[in-house]
Amino acid sequence: MTTASVTHPQGVAALFRTCRVTGYQVFTPVQKLIVFQAVAAVLSLATGGTLALLMALTRWEAVGLLPPELYYRFTSAHGTVMLVFWIVFFEVAALLFGGTILINHRLKGVAVAWTYTWMMATGAVLTTVMALSGHANNMFTAYPPLVNHPLWYVGILLFAVGALMACCHFVVQLWTARKEGVVAGPFSLVVYALLAAAIIAIWTLLHGALAYIPALLQSLGLITLDPAIYRTLFWGFGHGAQQINLAAMVACWYALAALTTGARPVNEGLSRLAFVLYLIGINMGSMHHLLVDPGIGMHARIINTSYFMYAALLGSLIHAFSVPAAVETAQRARGHVKGLYGWLVAGPWREPGFSSLMISLIGFGFIAGVSGVLMGTMQLNMIIHNTLFVVGHFHATVVLGTTMAFMGLSYYVIPLVMKRDLALLGMARITPYVYGAGLLTLIAGMMLAGKNGVSRRSWDATYSAGYLQVDTLSTPIITFANTLIGIGALVAVTGGIMYVLIMVGTVFFGRPSETPNVGRLGVVASPAGPVSDVTIPEFDHAATRAQAPGTTVAVFVFLGYFVLMFAWAFFNLSRVGWGIG
Amino acid sequence: MSSLTAPHARYLSGTSRDERLWLLFAVAWCLVLFFAMYVWQAIGNQKTPIESYRIEPAEFRALTQDYIAAYRIGDVQGIPLVTPTEDGEAFLAARAFAFEPVLQLKKGESVRIYLSSYDFQHGLSIQPLNVNFQVLPGYLYVVNLTPTETGEFGLICNEYCGLGHHTMTGRIVVVD
Repeated sequence: MTTASVTHPQGVAALFRTCRVTGYQVFTPVQKLIVFQAVAAVLSLATGGTLALLMALTRWEAVGLLPPELYYRFTSAHGTVMLVFWIVFFEVAALLFGGTILINHRLKGVAVAWTYTWMMATGAVLTTVMALSGHANNMFTAYPPLVNHPLWYVGILLFAVGALMACCHFVVQLWTARKEGVVAGPFSLVVYALLAAAIIAIWTLLHGALAYIPALLQSLGLITLDPAIYRTLFWGFGHGAQQINLAAMVACWYALAALTTGARPVNEGLSRLAFVLYLIGINMGSMHHLLVDPGIGMHARIINTSYFMYAALLGSLIHAFSVPAAVETAQRARGHVKGLYGWLVAGPWREPGFSSLMISLIGFGFIAGVSGVLMGTMQLNMIIHNTLFVVGHFHATVVLGTTMAFMGLSYYVIPLVMKRDLALLGMARITPYVYGAGLLTLIAGMMLAGKNGVSRRSWDATYSAGYLQVDTLSTPIITFANTLIGIGALVAVTGGIMYVLIMVGTVFFGRPSETPNVGRLGVVASPAGPVSDVTIPEFDHAATRAQAPGTTVAVFVFLGYFVLMFAWAFFNLSRVGWGIG
Repeated sequence: MSSLTAPHARYLSGTSRDERLWLLFAVAWCLVLFFAMYVWQAIGNQKTPIESYRIEPAEFRALTQDYIAAYRIGDVQGIPLVTPTEDGEAFLAARAFAFEPVLQLKKGESVRIYLSSYDFQHGLSIQPLNVNFQVLPGYLYVVNLTPTETGEFGLICNEYCGLGHHTMTGRIVVVD
């Protein structure tokens, strides 16, 4: 694929500019769309982060900030704003980016794109206003018979339909790029990964409609929902959404590895196979939320919860090897060959893109991935379900993993698309560390609390206002865990504020530049060739493929840790002592 | 080429020795994880309860009240204290915002608990064992428990059920 050979129709060519950093042909009308979606994402993150701080300061008994009603109201709003709006706005920005700039393609249907962008924005505002005004206090899940205000459902459905249109638009973009010869050969791995995310998203958003349309009808008093059926449909949306995040996060990993170290996939075919594995049984993961529900048979539980023998886990285990191996191979090719991990030590740790990548990769693997498999093991779920451990797990997946990776990518995409220098570069260098340290503390506190019986979604961890007292919930270790959560949230929110300042600063006040300062760019990004301040030497792909001994050792250490955690979890289950069955 | 640029047309070019080794172990581990669930369900002491039925909340309420009236042996702070039936059966109801009744179980004796809700979705969390089940109105979940220690065990609701959620508690008492 060579850019020079791409000829755009007459009149359209004038709308392109060539990025002087990466060499990409940028269809200029798409820039505003990408920035709009990204700003909406960052505003959602800022809103959700503010709520997070208020919630954490409530659960930390020493502070006890909010009364119960406000705590439940803000918890409900936080879940929706973060898990749906921040994530999906950013993902749609990534799809618009991947469906145009990354393949040097024009956006066909700019008006359509603005239509769904405004649908999403309107829906997000409506839903958030309804939640913050106390009309949707029933958590992100809103399990019937509890129902939210009808307008809350109207808002989230409007958003979901808009997002669905955006995903379909991306698929159409790839199709027309192929048809018009803009892309002749295979798509790049990152675009391929985004396609996997889009396919999962289409399926997931359809489930969202299947759950929320009947829920809207119930909130209008027209029908009565069966709680078990709603739960199954809802988690087809709620869990599927996390698999979109997973695929999009791994797409960001590959992109960041290329941007920061010039890494090439060590094995294109295997990495692509791993994304196909993510697609197998997309909606099986909804079972993770139903493992201790009545009404489901044993085989249905086991086969679904494991994505049929852990097909999706196998995909992640492949990425766990190939992402660090790609970085290691590139680093070694550049001369960092000392010992097993000299390449890692010599990594560009001052680049926010690289530190975000590494924190996301290691945090996701060791904390999020392993805890997720433990929770999704049918019997182990009994000692985890609805405890704060679950909340610790998904803050590891969706915040330490996905959000960190999205942040990492935005340090590049936003300045390049805006043609502005990254604002506050010095602060950007430490932001991933501040955010990561806060999250690790928060997640450790949540997991420790949950393991000791503290439930999620409760204003009072000790249930001290209950008619019958539960003394075992008032222990020093639980107080300590809740304190960790409070302190972790404070630090993480500080990191979040730093990130928002950098992004808002870049978008509105960044110094205009044709070659924005985004730090070191190990770009091998464009066929037109990198125009960056660091050139990474080409190397022989086939000959260097196996040159990742550090990664090979690391993945086996990881596997050993995984086995230990699994054994330890079953040991903990057996220590319950009581017979259950 | 990189992750951001297109590969050569033929990118399915085999795997390296390290990759094959990792794949072999990864697939093996996935299979272990999968079959471990079947093995534990067959031989483990803490099995996931499967048996369940549909039941109307009103019917469940009536059955629970009849059971409490027939097997009540006292009160705990005004809440009925009830033993299992002669056949080792008991009802445990969740409602906003309490569990009822307080069950008095015998150490080492298995009891078949019929668990459901009068109103909203709830979560049964037995403390400090930290054993948790979802409670759905309209569904009867059969949870078999065999206590192995005496004492008082707190119950808390761990599914959001309304503004009084954090006050929803209950108790199981185990005697010799």
